[in-house]
Amino acid sequence: MVTFYRRLPKFDYLAPQSIEEALALLSRYQGSAKVIAGGSDVVPKLKRRAMKGIDYIVDLKGISGLDYISYDGAGLKLGPLATVRAVERSDVVLETFPMLAQAAESMASPQVRNRGTVVGNICNAVPSADMAPSLLTLDAKVSVVSEKGSRTVAIQDFFTGPTKTVLSADEIVTGIEIPNPPANSRGKYIKLTPRRAMDLAVVGVAVMVTPENGICKDLRIALGAVSPTPIRVAQAESILKGNKFSDELIDQVAEAAAEGCRPISDHRASAEYRRDMVRVLTRRAIRELLSDEAASAQGFGKGA
Amino acid sequence: MKSIKLEINGVQHEVEVAPWRTLLEVIREELQMTGTKEGCGLGECGACSVLMDGKTVNSCLVLAAEANGKRITTIEGLAQAERLHPIQQSFIDNGGFQCGFCTPGMIMSTKVMLDDNPNPTDDEIKKGISGNLCRCTGYAKIFDSIRAAKVAMAASSDGRGGA
Repeated sequence: MVTFYRRLPKFDYLAPQSIEEALALLSRYQGSAKVIAGGSDVVPKLKRRAMKGIDYIVDLKGISGLDYISYDGAGLKLGPLATVRAVERSDVVLETFPMLAQAAESMASPQVRNRGTVVGNICNAVPSADMAPSLLTLDAKVSVVSEKGSRTVAIQDFFTGPTKTVLSADEIVTGIEIPNPPANSRGKYIKLTPRRAMDLAVVGVAVMVTPENGICKDLRIALGAVSPTPIRVAQAESILKGNKFSDELIDQVAEAAAEGCRPISDHRASAEYRRDMVRVLTRRAIRELLSDEAASAQGFGKGA
Repeated sequence: MKSIKLEINGVQHEVEVAPWRTLLEVIREELQMTGTKEGCGLGECGACSVLMDGKTVNSCLVLAAEANGKRITTIEGLAQAERLHPIQQSFIDNGGFQCGFCTPGMIMSTKVMLDDNPNPTDDEIKKGISGNLCRCTGYAKIFDSIRAAKVAMAASSDGRGGA
């Protein structure tokens, strides 16, 4: 039985002007302060009383210069206030990391994407987080700070369970760094949903492949909504790497990806269906990326 | 209590609000502008959509304090005196609603979509209102209304149907 509340519980609203000020607030209020960027996950959770014991909301939007989407030749940098909508529409993202723009556009609604941020999506850390599979295949790095210091966490190590991350209550994510994908790589995110908008992934599959003269130079596969966290499936990736593409090997990769996940059954889908769709969508993604048409439409472009 | 400033439909307001109050609650309850509706209250349905600095947001998910200093447009801000905005007129002329509860949000999303892209394809229209649920119409009449609005707005000299 879910009790529905329309009103928010009582809290104080704090709008620090600097990261240092924000970190001091988090440190002072320990676990009773919650950081928001867009608030599109936190506010509904507070309304549903799914997040308790929050006496302070620390809004990062008062801090200037955190909404950057910048590209410096070596990779892309996303600030903690870069909205999903801004990433979806960014020229540099569309040109150099089209899979990220594609994943961004698949999320929620324009209204939510105007508020929600890519950093917020990974901090919320639901297993179906749409930005996670693409960021996993891109080997993104997450920059984290607290009053005690800063650290960089590989996205593969960032998620620790459903809605759980390596972040402690006094830490803030200050950005995501995404290195250039391998030259001539192509990526694609396939999101399986009953509705085309405003729906959560039943299964999310991101694939990045680097073909070279019929040989698979590199293959990265990440899955969402089929394990306690978004995951890479290294075992499946290794089957094709260094080998010539063949239908048989692609089938084996898809099979291994399905075996590599740990889906649950819930009201959206059964575990069995999810696992089977991982197989189907992994195979589909690889095949589509290998077809010439997909190469121009979804390609990671010219030697980026 | 916090004192916040909102520019709503071109009018400056200064209101005292508790930090846990939403923009939607302030618009409807403090300022008595009840055109904006509360549907789900969780950012799923889009009934509460308003424009904040020109972008659609679910006002049920925006804290009033977050909207401090922002420019807000609600459904009440579209008509000019007695003259409805062409999108509003198009929804009336084409029967773009039944119960009407989703309509204010639907029209705000349509406005942003047409301001951004005056000639959207059917697929772009679907994407433009993908954050607005209607449980009555099956959307057919809403699409008719938006298609007609786009024609009406394109036909007017200033691109806004004179509104």
